[in-house]
Amino acid sequence: MASAALDVVELEVSYGPVRVLKQVSLAVAAGEFVALLGSSGCGKTTLLRAISGFVSVAAGRIGVSGRDITHLPPDKRGMAMVFQSYALWPHMTTAQIIGYGLRLRKVPKPEIAERVRAILAMLKLEGLGERMVTQLSGGQRQRVALGRALAINPEILLLDEPLSNLDARIREEVRHEIKALQHKLGITTIHVTHDREEAMVMADRIVILDAGQIAQVGAPEEVYNRPTSTFVAAFMGAGNAIALDVRPAGNGLAIAAGAHNSALGIAASDLGPGLDAGHSGPVVAHFRGEAARLGPVDGPGQAWPSDHLVLTGRIVQASYPGGHYRYAVAVGDRQFMVDDAQRLSVGDAVGIGLPVHALHLFPADPQKPGG
Amino acid sequence: MRAWLPWLPRAIVLGLFAFIIFGPLMNLVLWAFAEQWYFPHKLPLAYGLKFWNQVFKPRSDAIGSLVTSIWIALFTVGACLALAIPAGYALARLSLPWRAAIMLAFLLPQAFPSLAVYINVARIFYMFGLNGTITGVVLVHTVHGLVFAVWITTAAFAAVDRDLELAARNIGASGLVTFFTVTLPLAAPGIMASAIFVFLESLDEFTGTFFVGVPDVTTLPLLMFTASLAGNYQIAAITALILLVPSVGFMLFVERFLKADVMAKVGA
Repeated sequence: MASAALDVVELEVSYGPVRVLKQVSLAVAAGEFVALLGSSGCGKTTLLRAISGFVSVAAGRIGVSGRDITHLPPDKRGMAMVFQSYALWPHMTTAQIIGYGLRLRKVPKPEIAERVRAILAMLKLEGLGERMVTQLSGGQRQRVALGRALAINPEILLLDEPLSNLDARIREEVRHEIKALQHKLGITTIHVTHDREEAMVMADRIVILDAGQIAQVGAPEEVYNRPTSTFVAAFMGAGNAIALDVRPAGNGLAIAAGAHNSALGIAASDLGPGLDAGHSGPVVAHFRGEAARLGPVDGPGQAWPSDHLVLTGRIVQASYPGGHYRYAVAVGDRQFMVDDAQRLSVGDAVGIGLPVHALHLFPADPQKPGG
Repeated sequence: MRAWLPWLPRAIVLGLFAFIIFGPLMNLVLWAFAEQWYFPHKLPLAYGLKFWNQVFKPRSDAIGSLVTSIWIALFTVGACLALAIPAGYALARLSLPWRAAIMLAFLLPQAFPSLAVYINVARIFYMFGLNGTITGVVLVHTVHGLVFAVWITTAAFAAVDRDLELAARNIGASGLVTFFTVTLPLAAPGIMASAIFVFLESLDEFTGTFFVGVPDVTTLPLLMFTASLAGNYQIAAITALILLVPSVGFMLFVERFLKADVMAKVGA
């Protein structure tokens, strides 16, 4: 893996006695856009700060294009970070901030001016070069922070939740701008975010972190459609979980009919990475509200295609978030959120139809009955 | 009717405060311009600038001690900042329990009765031949001013967001370059304020100067003291007014300079 632009090998980082990163290994190819995704406290920012040299490493190795940079100071790593707070210096003008890294490198003045002008133009900040940071809007500040990082032509660009301080509307725009810019410049980029959609839209590859460990690495489609753990499934939006019973049948599995669910046979080829074909016993099935459909309960299997698992329940809450209705459906003692286009009323008995490919099956955790 | 009646107690209290604050100052101003004033007269008998001429004539005691005072104050500011800037930066980036302990240590010289402290300081300085020297007085003033300097510079550095430094480190600035291009400029207003406080403290300092400096070093407060003892109230009053000028001027300056976020971190 000497050819990788960034190579993290079995990295461990501790804050005092607390180990915040455990055996994290990650290789990033040149020009790749990788998103570190996870909830707060999962260690994603710590990983970014370890890569940039702001926190010291307890064990493991960080390499950039074959060079070992594990113990280099931050200024010798050839990286540039865009901070969540932007960290723009209030005593400098926009042009001075963008030119700072170039001045450190003793680039001749006319060249700096030229480069700053080019960056300002690229980031649509023309005419703002002489402004102080305090006179800029949030979106403009964000772009100045990006410009400061890009000005030095870094080997690796680090983005620490750079969009979280922007309005929702601007954020959508900036996502695509940054993605397009990264693609055009071909800079290897590591992006930290807790926003699933942001990671999906921007990244070539997503690294999902959970409690200081990598839970799954893969392309957006892969982590979305083929989660390897209940954590990833739930984090990627399949928050509904139901306990089922399976046994091996033919070349796949058979889900036994339960108090609230129909029976279903699953071919081995339809099984996700979470469960082996030979599994027998209790399992947890995760599914997305938008992958399910609601229908009448006129006898399981009767109104539904044979490749659907049908849960029977009752609507306890209805809302309209736009485009479709969202229902809370009580199935036994659990509630599921399900989206559907048809208008139904609270109290209606319904069947939740789940196509085989919408089910993410995992062995049941004995600690947590029902997932 | 009588709408002003409820305001009467407030007006009385306000007037009382005004008298407490400005009364002594008025007395000072009267004395500064009084050429003749003795008991039992309530007001001076003759006004004039005779004593002002005496104070401001070239090579007078007053001008000499003013110059001494200012030199001592400037050296004290220099010594305090040379210590307080590195100390303040280190303390601002230190974890909290240690910081509190060290900050408290700087307060210690202030905690004991100053007379007892300065008599002993004078005794020790005498052994080293520092008594009656500008160096000795500057040292005493520095210890006295250090508490303000360290506390305020620590607050000023603590108010500089760590990310602002990391952003510079991140794109290639060494620790030292970061300090001089980012941290120091951002903490400059707070450091300026601490310099001014130290300057004023040194200008006003009496006890330490008295024990360490007398008789060779005469600062303005010492001159004022000897003038009052000798009954030269006019000289004392004029000296006091001169001392008032930098205090009031700098206070206005400091008030504009010290931002709330820095003040909130003083001693924290």
